[in-house]
Amino acid sequence: MSEAAIIRANNLVKWFGEGEARTVAVKQASFEAHYGEMLYIVGPSGSGKTTLLSIISGILRPNEGSVVVEDHDLWSMTDDELADLRLNKIGFVFQDYHLFPRLTTLENVAIPLILKKMEWNEALKLAREYLEIVGLKDRAELQPVKLSGGEQQRVAIARAIAGKPDLLIFDEPTASLDGDTGRKIVEFVKSNILNEKRAIIIVTHDSRIYEFADRIMKMEDGKIVGYETNHFNEK
Amino acid sequence: MKPVSGIYRIALKLLMNDKSKFTALLVGITFAVFLMVMMMSMFSGILARSCAPVYNIGAKVWVMDPAVNNTNSSIPMPDYILSASRSIPGVKYAVPLYFGSALLKLKDGTYQAATVVGLDDSTLFGRPEMIEGRIEDIFAENAFVVVKDAEFPKLENPKIGTEFEINDNRGTVVGIARAASSGLFGVPTLYTTYNRAITYIPSARFTTSYVLIEPKSDADIPGIQKAIAKLGYEALTRDQFVKKVSNFYTFKTGVGMNIMMMTAISFVVGLSISGQTFYTFILENIGKFGAMKAIGAKGNELIAMILAQAFVTSLIGYGLGVGAASTFIIIAKLRMPDYAAQLTFQTLGLALVMVMIIAGFSSYIGVRKVLQIQPFDIFRG
Ligand SMILES: Nc1ncnc2c1ncn2[C@@H]1O[C@H](COP(=O)(O)OP(=O)(O)O)[C@@H](O)[C@H]1O
Ligand SMILES: [Mg+2]
Repeated sequence: MSEAAIIRANNLVKWFGEGEARTVAVKQASFEAHYGEMLYIVGPSGSGKTTLLSIISGILRPNEGSVVVEDHDLWSMTDDELADLRLNKIGFVFQDYHLFPRLTTLENVAIPLILKKMEWNEALKLAREYLEIVGLKDRAELQPVKLSGGEQQRVAIARAIAGKPDLLIFDEPTASLDGDTGRKIVEFVKSNILNEKRAIIIVTHDSRIYEFADRIMKMEDGKIVGYETNHFNEK
Repeated sequence: MKPVSGIYRIALKLLMNDKSKFTALLVGITFAVFLMVMMMSMFSGILARSCAPVYNIGAKVWVMDPAVNNTNSSIPMPDYILSASRSIPGVKYAVPLYFGSALLKLKDGTYQAATVVGLDDSTLFGRPEMIEGRIEDIFAENAFVVVKDAEFPKLENPKIGTEFEINDNRGTVVGIARAASSGLFGVPTLYTTYNRAITYIPSARFTTSYVLIEPKSDADIPGIQKAIAKLGYEALTRDQFVKKVSNFYTFKTGVGMNIMMMTAISFVVGLSISGQTFYTFILENIGKFGAMKAIGAKGNELIAMILAQAFVTSLIGYGLGVGAASTFIIIAKLRMPDYAAQLTFQTLGLALVMVMIIAGFSSYIGVRKVLQIQPFDIFRG
């Protein structure tokens, strides 16, 4: 694990609603994530994890503060620039995957490539390689609904890494999987997807997978309240 | 490398692989197009036929009673209109035309109504194109020329020499003419001379149905029209006359209003079926579009996808609808020579415009919905 930061968040504040109804979801949050690390964001439900994740990935505009991903100051960019940045630098694995049920597994994986304007056949060819990485080459022509939850999760991972992102974002990756499958997937991600050129940020409250984290960042009531470093994992 | 083509492909697969929605959309649009095209074809068929005599006679300027609103219900004018017309400056020549109906008694004793056109004896102005016989034979005794149109068999397919009775006078077929376009009223047409027509067919005080004018030049037409107006009559160019007849059928009879209403209803039905189905489709996939936005699809790429879905579906529906309507019309024409519907480019164009409006409306509501998605909501589940 290097100490170079891929992402720097500075004094982020985000609130929803106005006046009486205002809830401050993220309060003065500052942190960094480094190349080669697997960073967990943990905390009770409603503590602001998802909000923070959305802000640092260029999806939700904060009320205050800044986010720098590599050299890009996210919240000074236009919507289209942000879309391009997400497409080229960030891979998402959503909690309920959001795979297109009417497309094949292969076509689902190819979506970021197609959005990058890669030619159709070339995109499918490359997508097949990513399906192979997650061990689902033989599922390429099936629709996602024909797959198990764990397999759908792997398809979502293949789609997230197909765009060769530097930053991978997982929101509650084990929430809809049984314990064993969840562990296996995170273990797989740690040993096959993580490398020195990228960082992975995982939002979770599943303590069964804590052992794979390099660092765990704790949130409470919108604030970052502390870190735990998993010394066990360090070489 | 073909840029952006991939997202269209994805867009179409998303919709077309949703078999039930895609089928519902296609059925809705096809049905609406079919009905619209049928209605409009029926209407243009009726209009074309109601104006057929105006084209068949081919005069440049028609003089008539201002109350005339379609060719077949002419109102006879006094003879002085003809001589007055001849003395208007700019008139090269003016001839009378008889246009009326008569009852024929055929050889087998049955009766058949017919339209009789009486051509000016000295010029035979407005003469038809002959298929058999010579037009000069129209001057022979009791001579009539029969038009070979869809109604021809109603005269028991007469030949040269066939005889019949017309209002108790004897008639003889001396020639067969081609029909440029056939009329609306489902009766055969006979040509004879003006003088024979007014002698054989009893009428009230006046006999001239129309006065046909050939102007010296087109520039003379406005002057002629003014002069005729001073006499209390109306001079119309061919196009004006056609327009007057069309307007009569469109606005003064139930035909136009009914057909317009049916077309409008088909349009609204198509619009709501396809708008509703498309909206449901977008709603069902809203999370997916949101995920695409999060992954990095730009707003205009999502718009392009939705437009592709709406317009490709609509064009397929248009093709199917037009195909079904033209098949229907062709088969109907084979079975019923009288069947009036005609498919014109105007109808095709108008139906296309309406389909594009349906597609535009459907994609508009889809685009609005998709642009409203906050990808953040995708995270929050
Ligand atoms: N769109 C929103 N509108 C209003 N309140 C919101 C919205 N999104 C999040 N919140 C509130 O912000 C707080 C943090 O939410 P969230 O980031 O989803 O927490 P977590 O992911 O840790 O469960 C919660 O109190 C939540 O109700
Ligand atoms: Mg959350």
